[in-house]
Amino acid sequence: MDYLYFPGCTLYTKAKNFDQTARECSRRLGFELKELPNWTCCGATFPLATDNIMALLPPTRILANAKEQGSTLTTLCAICFNVIKRTNHLIQEDAEKRDKINNFIEKNYQGDLRVVHYLEILKQDIGFPRLKEKIRKDLGGLKVAAYYGCMLLRPVEEMEFDDKERPTIFEEFLESLGAKAVDFPLKIECCGSFQSVGSPEVATECAYRILHSAIKNGAEVVVSTCPMCTFNIDHKQLEIREKRLDFKSIPVLYFTQILGIAMGVDVQMLGFEQNFVNPEPLLRKKGLL
Amino acid sequence: MKIELTRQKVHNDFAKKVELISGQNLFACYQCGNCTAGCPVAFAMEIGPHEAIRYTLLGLEEEVLGANTFWLCASCLQCTSRCPKGIDIARVMDALRMVALRKKERQDHIQIAEFPEGFLERVPQIAFISGFRKFLS
Repeated sequence: MDYLYFPGCTLYTKAKNFDQTARECSRRLGFELKELPNWTCCGATFPLATDNIMALLPPTRILANAKEQGSTLTTLCAICFNVIKRTNHLIQEDAEKRDKINNFIEKNYQGDLRVVHYLEILKQDIGFPRLKEKIRKDLGGLKVAAYYGCMLLRPVEEMEFDDKERPTIFEEFLESLGAKAVDFPLKIECCGSFQSVGSPEVATECAYRILHSAIKNGAEVVVSTCPMCTFNIDHKQLEIREKRLDFKSIPVLYFTQILGIAMGVDVQMLGFEQNFVNPEPLLRKKGLL
Repeated sequence: MKIELTRQKVHNDFAKKVELISGQNLFACYQCGNCTAGCPVAFAMEIGPHEAIRYTLLGLEEEVLGANTFWLCASCLQCTSRCPKGIDIARVMDALRMVALRKKERQDHIQIAEFPEGFLERVPQIAFISGFRKFLS
């Protein structure tokens, strides 16, 4: 089965490695990510002010266009997933706003598209036991901290992704690759998100707390599902090191990169040049490259 | 901070405005403080989210809008997910932001021209797009 795929803007620039590895892994797993034609930015935040209908137009347009092409839309970026899935939910529930938006964008979208995250495809459509069979390189108990962040999980009634306080899908995924999932208390905590633009120092502190918690619980690598989180917990390690002298860097990978390693994807295809903390020395030491 | 309550303030339309934009019933709040306890950025806030709600109910517009609380909210929805009274507190924070940004002075919270050199090249665009939506009038 092929999936309509909405990459989102950051996967075309700062997170090419995320996009590239996902496409390659899909091919190896026997399905294709069919890129949605003429996609636009999703808006990057779901509008929380109830009178801000304008911000719902781009995600609804994306959904309406996707509906014309197929029945399932998938994304990798957790923020895009959150915006698109919440908008889909709103279109289903709120008839007044649905009509207003449809009139404005000249579409007739009723909210009848299945919006799934890539991890959900792996769990629900492929299945982790089957994924395990396709693994070419067992991760040999590499200690990986699964960092969920907020966007996949909350609000739980609309995202319907996993338990809001104790999610397990990410750990199940990592265990199926042969990694040892490290449990740590801040796995569902916010990385500071767009505060890296508004109050950069606050975001740096949030990122530090998350990484510190992961390291303290024995993590060798942190895995993320979101280019926003990855910027805060990977690239901002530069600022963290300046502020916290005791801090030791830890590599941060996208979950598709770690999937790629396990599936034996060539190291050139893994796109480590975009990771701030180079994971190669650790992975070589563990015999995974 | 010295706070002065007057009958006039308590009955002004500030709370109503926030309730209207957020779509939330602020009077449901019983000040348990769960939101502030779970908030990942509460350490940097001048008043916690539960206090911002109480202030809003008392009509203390100047005090709430003068605090950094709602500007620091990253809309992570931890407060919303843990509120025992079902208040979507992240929506309340966004409504406060909207009230501040929609004033006729139209003062932006961040100044793009003042970004340090190399900042635009380094930060991913999702950060800018969401940041601009939250901080610009």
